[in-house]
Amino acid sequence: MTNHWADIQNADLVLIMGGNAAEAHPCGFKWVTEAKAHNKARLIVVDPRFNRSASVADLYAPIRTGTDIAFLGGLIYHLISNDKIQHEYVRNYTDASFIVREGFTFENGLFSGYDASQRRYGDKSAWGYEIGEDGFAVVDPTLSHPRCVFNLLKQHYSRYTPEVVSSICGTPKELMLKVWDTIAEASAPDKVMTIMYALGWTQHSTGSQMIRTGAMLQLLLGNIGMPGGGMNALRGHSNIQGLTDLGLLSNLLPGYLTLPGDAEQDYAAYIAKRTQKPLRPGQLSYWQNYEKFHVSLMKAWYGKNATAENNWGYDWLPKLDTPGYDVLKVFDLMYQGKINGYFCQGFNPIASFPNKAKVGAALAKLKYLVVMDPLATETSEFWRNAGDYNDVDTAAIQTTVIRLPTTCFAEEDGSLVNSGRWLQWHWKGAEPPGQARTDIAIMGGLFHRLRELYRKEGGAFPDPILNIDWSYLRPDEPGPDEIAREFNGKALADVTDPATGAVLAKAGEQLAGFAQLRADGSTASGCWIFCGSWTQLGNQMARRDNADPYGMGQTLGWAWAWPANRRILYNRASADPSGKPWDPRKKRLVWWNGTAWGGTDVPDFKPDSPPDAGMNPFIMNPEGVARLFAVDKMAEGPFPEHYEPFETPIGRNPLHPDKPGVTSNPAARVFQNDLELFGKADEFPYAATTYRLTEHFHFWTKHSRLNAITQPEQFVEIGEALAKELGIQAGQRVKVSSNRGFIKAVAVVTKRLKPLTVDGKTVHQVGIPLHWGFTGVARNGYLTNTLTPFVGDANTQTPEFKSFLVNVEKV
Amino acid sequence: MATQDIIARSATTTPMPSVRQVGEVAKLIDTSKCIGCKACQVACSEWNDLRDDVGSNLGVYDNPIDLTADSWTVMRFAEYENPAGNLEWLIRKDGCMHCEDPGCLKACPSPGAIVKYANGIVDFNQDKCIGCGYCITGCPFNIPRISQKDHKAYKCTLCSDRVAVGLEPACVKTCPTGAIVFGSKEDMIEHADGRIADLKERGFEHAGLYDPAGVGGTHVMYVLHHADQPSLYSSLPDEPAVSPLVSLWKGVTKPLALFAMGAAVLAGFFHYVRVGPNRVEEDPEPGEPIVHEVDPSVHVVDPKGRE
Amino acid sequence: MNDDIERYTPSERSNHWAVAVLFILAGLSGLALFHPALFGLSALFGGGTWTRILHPFLGLAMFLLFLWLAIRFAGHNRMNDRDARWLRQWRDVVGNREDRLPEVERYNAGQKLLFWVLVLSMLVLVVSGVIIWRQYFSAMFGIETLRWASLLHAAAAFVLILSIIVHIYAAIWVKGSVGAMLYGRVSRAWARKHHLGWYKAVVRERK
Repeated sequence: MTNHWADIQNADLVLIMGGNAAEAHPCGFKWVTEAKAHNKARLIVVDPRFNRSASVADLYAPIRTGTDIAFLGGLIYHLISNDKIQHEYVRNYTDASFIVREGFTFENGLFSGYDASQRRYGDKSAWGYEIGEDGFAVVDPTLSHPRCVFNLLKQHYSRYTPEVVSSICGTPKELMLKVWDTIAEASAPDKVMTIMYALGWTQHSTGSQMIRTGAMLQLLLGNIGMPGGGMNALRGHSNIQGLTDLGLLSNLLPGYLTLPGDAEQDYAAYIAKRTQKPLRPGQLSYWQNYEKFHVSLMKAWYGKNATAENNWGYDWLPKLDTPGYDVLKVFDLMYQGKINGYFCQGFNPIASFPNKAKVGAALAKLKYLVVMDPLATETSEFWRNAGDYNDVDTAAIQTTVIRLPTTCFAEEDGSLVNSGRWLQWHWKGAEPPGQARTDIAIMGGLFHRLRELYRKEGGAFPDPILNIDWSYLRPDEPGPDEIAREFNGKALADVTDPATGAVLAKAGEQLAGFAQLRADGSTASGCWIFCGSWTQLGNQMARRDNADPYGMGQTLGWAWAWPANRRILYNRASADPSGKPWDPRKKRLVWWNGTAWGGTDVPDFKPDSPPDAGMNPFIMNPEGVARLFAVDKMAEGPFPEHYEPFETPIGRNPLHPDKPGVTSNPAARVFQNDLELFGKADEFPYAATTYRLTEHFHFWTKHSRLNAITQPEQFVEIGEALAKELGIQAGQRVKVSSNRGFIKAVAVVTKRLKPLTVDGKTVHQVGIPLHWGFTGVARNGYLTNTLTPFVGDANTQTPEFKSFLVNVEKV
Repeated sequence: MATQDIIARSATTTPMPSVRQVGEVAKLIDTSKCIGCKACQVACSEWNDLRDDVGSNLGVYDNPIDLTADSWTVMRFAEYENPAGNLEWLIRKDGCMHCEDPGCLKACPSPGAIVKYANGIVDFNQDKCIGCGYCITGCPFNIPRISQKDHKAYKCTLCSDRVAVGLEPACVKTCPTGAIVFGSKEDMIEHADGRIADLKERGFEHAGLYDPAGVGGTHVMYVLHHADQPSLYSSLPDEPAVSPLVSLWKGVTKPLALFAMGAAVLAGFFHYVRVGPNRVEEDPEPGEPIVHEVDPSVHVVDPKGRE
Repeated sequence: MNDDIERYTPSERSNHWAVAVLFILAGLSGLALFHPALFGLSALFGGGTWTRILHPFLGLAMFLLFLWLAIRFAGHNRMNDRDARWLRQWRDVVGNREDRLPEVERYNAGQKLLFWVLVLSMLVLVVSGVIIWRQYFSAMFGIETLRWASLLHAAAAFVLILSIIVHIYAAIWVKGSVGAMLYGRVSRAWARKHHLGWYKAVVRERK
């Protein structure tokens, strides 16, 4: 989230799209009801299903799954053509005025530089700004230059007329325009809309671009950095935010630092590429501090072994030979028999990943599988024949499965990072049962054994393991507090203020914030964005002061938020260029008081830079402003374009009906064996989407009786019209099949799913909840991901769980 | 709560303690804020240590499908297409309404098995419950359920154990959206007024409070978008009242019937006193032997005194 | 003694007294639940819960035995014109002026009326009783049905009890009746006085 949960109460308008907050985040959803009750906020829900969020919405509009870019793109054009944008914000705080390079084109659904044989954009050189002789990007503040971002944006979305969008999305035009007009009101500087989204946007082959479209919309409305505004990703697990923060993705390091690629063997080049100079005069371009963060990380990992001479152990970092080893890639490699062993920690791949048959077959090719989990997951029993639910030939599976019971969060101290980036410390509530051990103890034990083997036997490249600094009080099981202090970081030598020479932190002291990090090896910090969470003053995450002095839900004394205890990102943008809040009455967040920036939040800005110095609010970007034009950051282009899901019920992209190459995302990676398994609408005519239910938590609560009681048996949701067509009555069992398998479940026949008219055809949508499986105390059921396609978003490789095709039959 | 707080008691005809000045409480359920997440169901089960059976899906979201002795509150989901053609998903938390004039208490034959506290909570005392199920017959909202394990009646207690020590009911504490609130009945009505004004401003012109007069008002109230049609909310009674059949069954007719039975006995007694016994008095017919008196009653009053 | 007339066979007497005992038990247990003032009666059955458990079984047993009895006696309880006259002369009945009444067969009109009232009450009781028998049957019925059944059960019980009070009093009042049901025999004089028609028939049969 750019903002945080409690801040939603400040919204005037809430758009829930690509998520179902009431269903999946009922506790956070309370802030929507607060905004409605105390701020007279209106709630709009756009979703394929009339869902629990819609049940309390002021306005609901149906949409075909996977068409959100069309809906939002049309809205963007609607705003521009009806002059409903926050002009001053757009002109000053976005790259609307930047001139795009010549040679940048968009034709037939493709941007310039596409390589069809590779299914990717090999040449993104035109996806950038024109750079002037002064080294800065060229801008046209009048927005009249035909190649300025604003005009290109307008041109790009001029194709997204209400008629076209309605035909793509299936949303009735009048209703859609009503939604658009309501949202357009948030362009007033004192009207703020928040967007709440979740996996309903993420889990598409175009998921990242859907989110980007939402962000562009918010920029045009002037709602980023505003209290009650922002782009708010509702994270699905209590600590999934912490997972990404700590870099638990194959291409990341902690704090969103990035792993080098194979070509980046040179340390200086690696750093230079990541410390971009400002693209406009007077801008901060905060990533120029990248090396400080990187060196501090290496010092935290390797201690004294990381020195200036060995480039802080740069050679010990793995260099990626591919953009990343995401889960789809790993399981595809496993499926090809290229992986021998797999450590599965807190994950249930056979249930959570698409195409269960492929995942199961992949696991069966392993020599060994280690499952670390508090629960007996399906993955740990993938070899067990559970009848229809897991019809495998046990005797043919030779994988050795080792199950290591772990503690759950309530059985250990630690911190969790919530969607609003708050690090909240928690204390052990109960002793773990049986032989369960903490993940730290298991990984610590594994590390010591591996290191001993490397020490004795050498091996291909023992250095990264042997050089690790493991000076914990209890090496077998480092304490969560020790690890938390390590993430924060400490001074290895006295840290001084370069301007005054004053000592900021003495050697050995905990650091107060990432501004104290140094690139000379005098500081260590395991995750720079967490620096400030455990200072000399103690554990800031354990703070529980809920004082809210401005009455805006800004409880700066409650826990600790990264970065720097800042609750709302880009909050400088909540004030106009002169430093005054856009809405001094109700939306006061930070402002210039004549000598410094201050207010209800920690300013996301250089605190002493006066407004007339011209520094812009988006200090992490070299531009200093937010990007409507994504330059080369996205896989499929600088402006989001609607592409159909890989399994599309209409078989073509209505924007490019004669161009089969751009029916679906042209830059998405598709494995050959999966391409063959995509279904077509003639055989699988219904658009399906998967989701979880509020009564459950993913696959975990199969092991909890109370959850099983509240929603006991696997079901699918079908609309009344489709049910009538197929002769299905509520409560009857149906078989739902995709080209990858089938499930059987009870039919919930509902008015909440209506047939949509798409591209001249009637499209029925089918809702398929996930939860059930073949372990636990709940009724057994089919793993819903038996049905889903093995393809992901072009940028994140997050699987397309939300849009695929099925057939439905009465059992 | 203390015994002094019991102001009504089943199958009891004498006055109850009435010296304590206790304010009335109420739980207010705002259907316009409820998202049907069932956290209240789970909190209820957890606080009261209830574990119902793992049931089945019957083609709807409702589960458990109905109240049971192990499920004292359930969410009921109704899909309603309003006259404007827009869909509304009306979700209602069902459970005991804690009537001011409780039909269950009226119907219960076991003294003290159902009590009403001065704060308005109607509570079942399973220790005294005999399992007859008359409370079900008496309830205008069809709430109590008899356990098939112990054959005793159960229903929401409004967490009388929590309220007694100044806590809110478990469902209220857990409700993530603040759709369930708890406090003095007066405060809850005031809170409801604010919610109703908000709903009216959003176009629900018939928004209102459900505090039905037919049962003397309730200590569980609803804010409804459509207070003119409570039955839209999964058959919430439009005008609930203790059934006239129950009133007839448990009302003045019973003492009258008792009186009639007593009167019949007395009538017989006085008839006997005034008219005397109907005895066979004439002599036996010739040729017939004297009746062998085998009837002890006849025997005793034999006028010839042959004994 | 041989001149006494057998009015009830041992089997009929047993049947009657079994019904009578069950009536007392079902009645007392029912009354315990009928009104708070009588709840104390539940102590006779081991408390309220046992009263609730036993009452329906007692009632059912009473009904079944009564049914047997009723089948045996139904033939003697057909109403005729003389019965109507008998009933119209109820003042003579209660005034103990039996000689003015029409000739009575095995049962007088009052007894017949009682018989049919008992049959009706018993049928209502058993049907409504099954419906409100919570442990086994109530779940099959709707709430309105249950309410009607509860009301009718109480009403029928009231009628039954009132009828039995009349029945018992009549037995006490008409000397010789209790003996008839205890020992099975009545004197010829008794028979002649109270049931002349029946007496004649018995005499005819003996000849």
